[in-house]
Amino acid sequence: MLQDILVTGLVNGGVYALLAIGFSLIFGVARIVNIAHTGFYMVSAYLLYTLLNLARLNFFLSFLLAVAAVTLLSVICYKLVIEPVRQHEAAVLIATIALGLIFQESLLRIFGGHFRGNPAILEGAVEIAGVSVSYQQLLTLAVVAVVLIATWLLLHHTRLGLAIRATANDLEVANLMGMNVHRVAMLTVAISAMLAAVAGAVVAPLIVVDPFMWLSPLITVLAVVVLGGLGSIKGSMIGAFIIGYAEVLTVFLVPTGAFLKGAVSLSIMVIVLLLRPEGLFGVAFEEER
Amino acid sequence: MRRYTVVPARRLGFLVRKEILVLPSRTLVGVFSLGLILLPWFSNDPYLLRVVILSSIFAIYAASWDLLAGYSGQVSFGHALFFGVGGYGSALLNYHLGWTPWLTIVIGAGVAMVAGFLVGIPCLRLRGSYLSLATLAFPLILTGLLFTIPELSGGELGISGIRPLVRSRVGYYYIAVGAMLAVCFALWKIGNSNTGLILHAIREDEVAVRASGINTVRYRLLAFSLSALGAGFAGALFAHFIRVIGPSTLEVALSFQAVIWGIFGGVASIYGPVAGVFVLYPLTEAMSLVRELSEYRLLIFAIVVLLVLLFMPEGVAPWVRDKLEIRCPRCKVRNVVTRATCHICEAPLR
Repeated sequence: MLQDILVTGLVNGGVYALLAIGFSLIFGVARIVNIAHTGFYMVSAYLLYTLLNLARLNFFLSFLLAVAAVTLLSVICYKLVIEPVRQHEAAVLIATIALGLIFQESLLRIFGGHFRGNPAILEGAVEIAGVSVSYQQLLTLAVVAVVLIATWLLLHHTRLGLAIRATANDLEVANLMGMNVHRVAMLTVAISAMLAAVAGAVVAPLIVVDPFMWLSPLITVLAVVVLGGLGSIKGSMIGAFIIGYAEVLTVFLVPTGAFLKGAVSLSIMVIVLLLRPEGLFGVAFEEER
Repeated sequence: MRRYTVVPARRLGFLVRKEILVLPSRTLVGVFSLGLILLPWFSNDPYLLRVVILSSIFAIYAASWDLLAGYSGQVSFGHALFFGVGGYGSALLNYHLGWTPWLTIVIGAGVAMVAGFLVGIPCLRLRGSYLSLATLAFPLILTGLLFTIPELSGGELGISGIRPLVRSRVGYYYIAVGAMLAVCFALWKIGNSNTGLILHAIREDEVAVRASGINTVRYRLLAFSLSALGAGFAGALFAHFIRVIGPSTLEVALSFQAVIWGIFGGVASIYGPVAGVFVLYPLTEAMSLVRELSEYRLLIFAIVVLLVLLFMPEGVAPWVRDKLEIRCPRCKVRNVVTRATCHICEAPLR
């Protein structure tokens, strides 16, 4: 039981971290609350499923193709739907909701409503310090760790990362310093969708996919992001593991835990907000000018 | 004797001429209301009546969201909480204690109002996106709690067999439409009153409002309570109309529905969200009638919303209003677009 809690919490927390960082980045740079964010995660999981089971490609190739396709899709969506209404905050909000619905309904029409399971890519398990971990979970953890480190390096050690952080910090000044904030916003959308796609592709073999699978992680990701502080990468990461473990603990330790899973993590979020309205590591945003 | 009957009639005529017919948008609203009232004389089709009844109920719900989100700027992502609390409150009292729906609907709406007040308190510390995301949590927390007490709440299936408000469909039609017109008019009046002005100001700059000596805490809580009252009332009406109450009334989808209806119609106007509901809800219902379309209706719904937004990013109702009316540059009063001078201050309009 203890090892189950430890491993599941780590895997879930890692996936939530990937999703939450992407969500946080878009919010920080473009001030878009992207409801369709987990939609990209779902599309990627479905693409991986199709490429693996119907096109019979190998895992590595399907993974890359799925992530690339979803990244492209996100840029197309941004250019076609979001950018024309960027000036109108409310319109952007329901545009992302509508996008999420479009993903859900398209997948429902193409694949039908039933649950589809992926075969595990790697069979077997390994014993680490007395805890049995399946190779699939190990692979997930490895990918999550690599991607998280890569994101950190990108944000802190490249010119693009500097531009992204500068735009997140103060859009107007970044613009005045000669950064093309529109392009930065578009690149951020692409990076963020790529992170969501990696998360989707990496969990697809662990779970069953269905066209409504974007809703429950969406709620969790929103809780994570608010808990960690909107726009804060470090906050999203720590928040993700807090919520991940809180969920797993509730499911394993409370009798009717499966029902309360969401309620507990959301209650944690509300309590944190009451004590610290800007989240654990939130930057207290200045009033928008 | 005669004088007393003629004068109110003449005053009514004066009111209609000076308050309603003076502006095309108000005339449209008047024609729309009259059309709704007269509809059962032309068609008794139960399906049509059902669609209009549900549209009216959802219009109350969307308009109440607008008071909170559009006017005071507290964009709630969890408005289904109040709809569900109103519905569950009324249904549980009716089902377990056998009280008459006429009473339980009022109590249900009252319970929702208390819920709105309680939710409003933690939200006082939040603003903008934080507030939106935090409000999303509340209906989900309540859903989790309801699932843990299935003997009382009916669990995932909910409760069926709630008593209807009235037996006849036409009777319910008039209750729903009458309630919608009354509640929306009241909300619109609130929006145009001093209170509404203060809520507008809070949305634009809360610090400045506070600096003007206005207790913003009181007004933000007032917005939450009134809005929850409206949504709870809609939820209770809904529960007694379809006679089932289940966790679907607390779903994220319903919360998002309010956001879509509201923004699609046009926020901070009350009539905008009502227009949004009366356009979008019958549209989805009509699509489910056609067999080839019924499977695609949510997809088409989402695409229609996206396309309309690209052309009318402010929403449908403001777009129509701006086509029909022009604002006087001097006294800011609205005029028919065909006029050359303002009907109040006679300043040239262009």
